[in-house]
Amino acid sequence: MTALDDTQATAPGSVPLRVQLRRAERITKLKYLGLIAPLAIFLAVTFLWPIGALLWHSVDNPEVVEALPETTKLLRSWDRKALPDEAVFAAFARDLAAAHGNPALAGAAKRLNMERSGFRSQLMNTGRKLRVEAGQSAKAAVLAADARWGEVSSWQALARNSTPFTAFYLLAALDHKIADDGSIVHADPDQTIYVEILLRTLWMSVIVTLISLALAYPLAYLLATIPSKSSNLLMIMVLLPFWTSVLVRVAAWIVLLQNEGPINRALVGLGIVDEPLQLVFNRLGVYIAMVHILLPFAVLPLYSVMKGISPSYVRAAVSLGSPPFRSFWKIYFPLTLPGIGAGGLLVFILSMGYYITPALLGSPREQMASYFVAFYVNETTNWGMAAALSTILLAATLVLYIIYSRYFGPARVNQVAPR
Amino acid sequence: MLQPYASPVERVWYYSLRVLCGLIIVFLVVPILVIVPLSFNADSILMYPMSGFSWRWYHEFFGSVTWTNALKNSLIISPLATLVAVVLGTLASIGLVRVNFPGKALLISVLISPMVVPVVIAGVAVYLFFAPLGLSGSYLGLILAHAMLGVPFVITTMTATLQQFDYNLVRASASLGADPIKTFFKVTLPLVAPGVISGALFAFATSFDEVVVTLFLASPEQRTLPRQMFSGIRENISPTIAAAATVLVAVATLLLLVLELVRRRSERLRGAPTPIAKSVRRSFLKKRIEA
Repeated sequence: MTALDDTQATAPGSVPLRVQLRRAERITKLKYLGLIAPLAIFLAVTFLWPIGALLWHSVDNPEVVEALPETTKLLRSWDRKALPDEAVFAAFARDLAAAHGNPALAGAAKRLNMERSGFRSQLMNTGRKLRVEAGQSAKAAVLAADARWGEVSSWQALARNSTPFTAFYLLAALDHKIADDGSIVHADPDQTIYVEILLRTLWMSVIVTLISLALAYPLAYLLATIPSKSSNLLMIMVLLPFWTSVLVRVAAWIVLLQNEGPINRALVGLGIVDEPLQLVFNRLGVYIAMVHILLPFAVLPLYSVMKGISPSYVRAAVSLGSPPFRSFWKIYFPLTLPGIGAGGLLVFILSMGYYITPALLGSPREQMASYFVAFYVNETTNWGMAAALSTILLAATLVLYIIYSRYFGPARVNQVAPR
Repeated sequence: MLQPYASPVERVWYYSLRVLCGLIIVFLVVPILVIVPLSFNADSILMYPMSGFSWRWYHEFFGSVTWTNALKNSLIISPLATLVAVVLGTLASIGLVRVNFPGKALLISVLISPMVVPVVIAGVAVYLFFAPLGLSGSYLGLILAHAMLGVPFVITTMTATLQQFDYNLVRASASLGADPIKTFFKVTLPLVAPGVISGALFAFATSFDEVVVTLFLASPEQRTLPRQMFSGIRENISPTIAAAATVLVAVATLLLLVLELVRRRSERLRGAPTPIAKSVRRSFLKKRIEA
């Protein structure tokens, strides 16, 4: 590097060459970063920020604080044991008078009803009836409007919502709740559906992944070992369904699997079964269609790994006296493990988010976590529950995605691209 | 290949593998083969056996405002979403390949994540964010959301293509007096075009097949073809669905063919050994051995 020595390469009075070089490099680097910036900003606005905003809803709890600002402020310092004192009742009466006819009160009532059924009418009735006569204590007036305000648990429910954040939705999504005494306990048995849904999502993904791998392995093996002319044609047959709309395939499976469909007719016609089998609108139909959709995602990574394995390894093992099956199991199979990992993980990640296929081909017992996210958005507009389920589903997906990109590289997600 | 001296076990293995793979291929292809003929069925139930040939369901498809509107919407939204995804994705890929900085791997993972995040979550999130901005129930909102879903495909194909691109060609072009813009259009773009095209095809297919985000974001006016099929399958499953499915299969086949052509072209451009090149090299080696 002596040629770049400052004293030699610099004319008197000019910037040293090394500095010039560094400056030029910095400018080039900034130029390239400038090329990345538009996409980064685009995704930040259309993807990252919206997802962040959605997840925020899983802890966001503004309704009660907005409708009853003074009461909630006082309840934050209440010991949550005995009935609150007159000051709280007075604040409550003022808040209710201010919130009368205000949509915020209905929002708070809806929110509190999730904590305790009957709370909606309790709050709305009180809002309508409450009149504090001159000389009467606020407590007496509130209790006259609705006697349930004499129960400590009413106030405990209010106190639980006296802060703008809550763990209510996330706990509910894991079948837990905060009890009146502040401890975390199991939710009531009639509301514990979510752990079952999450486990069902995982279980169905496991089954789909295992079946996909079992079918993909021989197919990828054949693709990787036959001459490229026939393998090209086979590859097109693997990719054609991959490029076909999911809805086309769902419609096709309904046609094929329905009670009067060709498969059932053949089974009955051959005398294998007496009555048509129920093949669709149940778990079996969902598995068949999901495996069909996800199989190419398992085939392609396996294929690219197998393509890189030299056939001489197995030949060497055989020539050294190892029986063919043993050589396959001891030599070939371990070499394909990265492909199994990549394909399996990819199929698993994708199947966890499935919505369309179970929605169209399954019974209510086949619906996965995604369905309930959509349900809470479309049917009950319960953003908190939708967000909490999203948070859990997203966390599971991200953990697997991090493992995937750590071991197989993020760009390898695109194994689906043409070779 | 099965050798003439193969043992019986090897023969059984050889044929059973082929039979098994044949069955798997049938499993993969049969749904598509089943739905296409039904679109020409004269019967009004989506069911086999067919009673006769008719164009009836295509008349129904192209005669109904709902379906033609859905097709028109798909043909408006998908190309524009593809354009946005390809322009942004290509520029970013050039930057990503040419420059190193801390956290680059993380950034790439983030840029690719729309592909793995459950699409319902993306749909709900985008709806929640776009609705107050007046972008839900608008073409612009759908185009932006579809472009977001297509970006990962462009990034992955483009970075892979650019990594094989010889940057010395750009230097050579510059040393011969071409300005950067001329170099980009005359040297860089023709060489990376296969990557751009296959990225674009993936982005297009993603948008053209998209249901879930559309389900949340689109008002009835913006219903796309897959969205309309979703309602069709849910509400009354009629052979018009088979006609719509056939239209979608035709588009898919077309995309696949273009992709195969692009792949062949890019192999040629990258100078993959052709039979002639191979024979030249072989004779060259022979000479050296003899010498």
